[in-house]
Amino acid sequence: MSERQIQLEVLRYNPETDSEPRYQSYSVPCLNEWVVLDALNYVKDNLDPTLSYRWSCHMAVCGSCGMMINGEPKLACKAFIHEYTDQIRVDPLANFPIERDLVTSVEDFITKLASVKPYLIPKSDQPVSAGEFKQTPAELKKFKQYTLCINCMLCYAACPQYGLVPEFLGPAAISMAHRYNQDSRDGGRDERQEVIASDEGVWECSFVGACSEVCPKHVDPAGALQQVKVASTIDWYKEHLMPWMKK
Amino acid sequence: MNKPYVRSLSKTGWFLTQPRYKRYMAREVTCLFIFAYTFLLIWGLKRLAEGPDAFQGFLNALHSPLGVLFNLAVLIAAVYHSTSWFNVTPQAMPIMRGEEFVPGNIIVGAHYAVWAVVSLIVLILGV
Repeated sequence: MSERQIQLEVLRYNPETDSEPRYQSYSVPCLNEWVVLDALNYVKDNLDPTLSYRWSCHMAVCGSCGMMINGEPKLACKAFIHEYTDQIRVDPLANFPIERDLVTSVEDFITKLASVKPYLIPKSDQPVSAGEFKQTPAELKKFKQYTLCINCMLCYAACPQYGLVPEFLGPAAISMAHRYNQDSRDGGRDERQEVIASDEGVWECSFVGACSEVCPKHVDPAGALQQVKVASTIDWYKEHLMPWMKK
Repeated sequence: MNKPYVRSLSKTGWFLTQPRYKRYMAREVTCLFIFAYTFLLIWGLKRLAEGPDAFQGFLNALHSPLGVLFNLAVLIAAVYHSTSWFNVTPQAMPIMRGEEFVPGNIIVGAHYAVWAVVSLIVLILGV
């Protein structure tokens, strides 16, 4: 196993002592098979136990270790050392406030995600004795890719619109609303529409497409948002040109 | 202690920070050329309404080096603008047939095919 000495430039910020963040460099002996998260763990274990960052699964499932690696939103557990030169810069996820070092504040995203009601709202109440809601493979396929979202927030870090207009509901939350709207078992679209079709909702999106380019799970949030725009536009025409169609 | 540090995005220079943002801005800026061309068409209509001499003057202006250069620039911008949108249509308009999504290249290809047919018709009508 080959080993390389990597200079890891990490943005540090201690809210108790610092007025602004600063870079700190660590020299890390990395195995070629390592990911950036392994290098950070090496720093934490051997060089500087004060370094703060989030991680959990180390296998691109939990969505905790999102950070900017050489300016690109990445999961640190999926960013292989062999794809980089000997100098790697690590920043906290862009567009989010820094709590400490590489740890960002996620409250804004969590609030927005909850606001779109990301859960099944059945069309009608049904007793358990009525059995399960059935779904065909085609009905499942319609939304399956959106269920792969791991809430890692890389799409928010890539989205310049979210960076410029922090009120924007953002890619993952709207994609999650779309996921449930597309679900044949769901009847909650009208409730979600009030949030996602608002000014701070899908219409803030100008289809930069960066969210889909950085998504580690190939959810394609940009696609979901454009589909929401098409559906919302059809709603508008139905309401204004065919008011008798309104429920 | 909770004292989050907020980094803000440059309101004017943000699109210079990433190649993908530059590509996006290129797509957006090309619509200005199309916007300018619609003004040219409206101007042409105005000259047509003013009589044959005025319209001939308009046509002569189009054939001037500056007119040709403008049309060429608009053509390049319009082609870039249109193709960049064609290429993202499968994301915005996925089509399901049976249990499968129609492959993206078929949706994109259909746009190019319709474009070619419409261009051909316009060319035939124009000759």
